Amino acid sequence: MNFHAVKAIYLFEMARMWRTAVQSLVAPVLSTSLYFVIFGGAIGSRIPEIEGVSYGAFIVPGLIMLSIMTESISNSSFAIYFPRFTGTVFEVLSAPVSYVEVLLGYVGAAATKSVIIGAIIFITANFFVTIEVAHPFIALTFLILTSVSFCLFGFILGVWADGWEKLTIVPILVIMPLSFLGGIFYSIGMLPPLWQNLSLLNPLVYLISGFRWSFYQTADVSVALSLGMTAGFLLACFLVVRWIFKTGYRLRT
Amino acid sequence: MKHPPRSITMSRVQPILSIRNLSKTYAGGFEALKDVSLDIETGEIFALLGPNGAGKTTLISIVCGLVNPTNGTAEVDGYDIIRHYRQTRFRIGLVPQELPVEAFETVFKTVSFSRGLFGKPADPAYVEKVLRSLSLWEKKDDKIIALSGGMKRRVLIAKALAHEPTLLFLDEPTAGVDVELRKDMWNVVESLREEGCTVILTTHYIEEAEQLADRVGVINHGELILVEDKQTLMREMGKKQLFLHLQSELDSVPTGLAGYDLELAADGRELVYTYDTRGERTGITALLADLNGAGIHFNDLRTSQSSLEEIFVDLVHKAEAT
Repeated sequence: MNFHAVKAIYLFEMARMWRTAVQSLVAPVLSTSLYFVIFGGAIGSRIPEIEGVSYGAFIVPGLIMLSIMTESISNSSFAIYFPRFTGTVFEVLSAPVSYVEVLLGYVGAAATKSVIIGAIIFITANFFVTIEVAHPFIALTFLILTSVSFCLFGFILGVWADGWEKLTIVPILVIMPLSFLGGIFYSIGMLPPLWQNLSLLNPLVYLISGFRWSFYQTADVSVALSLGMTAGFLLACFLVVRWIFKTGYRLRT
Repeated sequence: MKHPPRSITMSRVQPILSIRNLSKTYAGGFEALKDVSLDIETGEIFALLGPNGAGKTTLISIVCGLVNPTNGTAEVDGYDIIRHYRQTRFRIGLVPQELPVEAFETVFKTVSFSRGLFGKPADPAYVEKVLRSLSLWEKKDDKIIALSGGMKRRVLIAKALAHEPTLLFLDEPTAGVDVELRKDMWNVVESLREEGCTVILTTHYIEEAEQLADRVGVINHGELILVEDKQTLMREMGKKQLFLHLQSELDSVPTGLAGYDLELAADGRELVYTYDTRGERTGITALLADLNGAGIHFNDLRTSQSSLEEIFVDLVHKAEAT
């Protein structure tokens, strides 16, 4: 194992986050705070409790998940796409590192950023609503699994994209709609039966539901299924990344 | 760390780079390399010459792990570049043709990053030494975006040297840099040679190869058409010419001198004699005597030898003609 290389990539990526702290940290916190003000405070105060939880508190896990997913994709896709764009990726590709070490560096740093953002949003939410976490360990497990999974997904996106448009099109056209339809702002049980069944085809439902359960012990689907789906998504992304490095897809000619 | 076994050649000192039957055909069908075999000895400076698109960068990229070969093998210090990629890449430094640098990073940090990436523990003293040797120490805290093109080129060399490689690839190292900087780069390469580093450089500047290289390889259309010691190449393939500035103008070469390889130049004011330096006799003494006998007198003379550039152009043209 080339620990020096893992450390070098990880620290380099973390340094990039601090260089762009406003974009990396302040922007997601600000946008999430606006969600709390609008949906939690203004509109949420007129909405009755959902499954015994005030609406403002109900949306907290979903909003954290939304930020984690979008930031994970954004961080890791940019981390690999930008060196490809500028040509500096040659150095990593010609270095004595395995794909696992590259992933530990890039995905590790991107996931760390996402978890930091999740923690900041959680702290921010406490200024607006009262939150209790029933199962902190499971919540942390979901947080880390989701961060790593979506960082891997972002890495795939960053390798696949051959332009800036493709880099942003998947988060905007796929992840954002699936997140909003995945139960961030509502419980799946509030939907008509047909839409409930359709929603179960949305993989993000399982992540949001599981994470919310770790807060309030209420879920749309079983926690075991949520954990299984999250782990399955992580494994699928890992296998795709492994294939990318094995074949050199869009990295080596 | 357990090291895989090297392949061992008993008959002679093992080359630091051994390429056998290497071919590369890109997805579009373009054959960039055709069955190239080449050995590079430890400590030598090898210049790879060739026109644009000849396959120089593809060859380097395969050895460095940036391009997958279609066929053939390459070993660095006895280690296969694919099976034992850690061992080979640990030994290699690459300065690419383009200037891909992290624009917002400082010089010191980006060089330190390269050292870590290639598996070496942090060593600020060594990084300082490299930066000083490349006249970059004063710029160590500058962001790369603020540096000139020549300075960026130096940063890339510093990054390539950061992990103390034993085999350094310089792909067009002085492309687009001014004369002064080019001379500085040559000094850097010379000092690397003194430290025992093997250097393989591709260049369009024949003067560069002539100045630096111990051996020269010429590649064209993906084929290695020649590998030769530079001095031998220039001696064997270089023509030497004697230029005689005549006192009186001539209309044609006198028939009595038809046995010599003579040409008239400068509107009949100059006689050019081409001769072979490898022969026992150059024929100059006999020519001068015959000129005197024919009443042809000259008031000045000079000699000239083909440059590596002329040899290179000759070789490429001959290869294209066949």
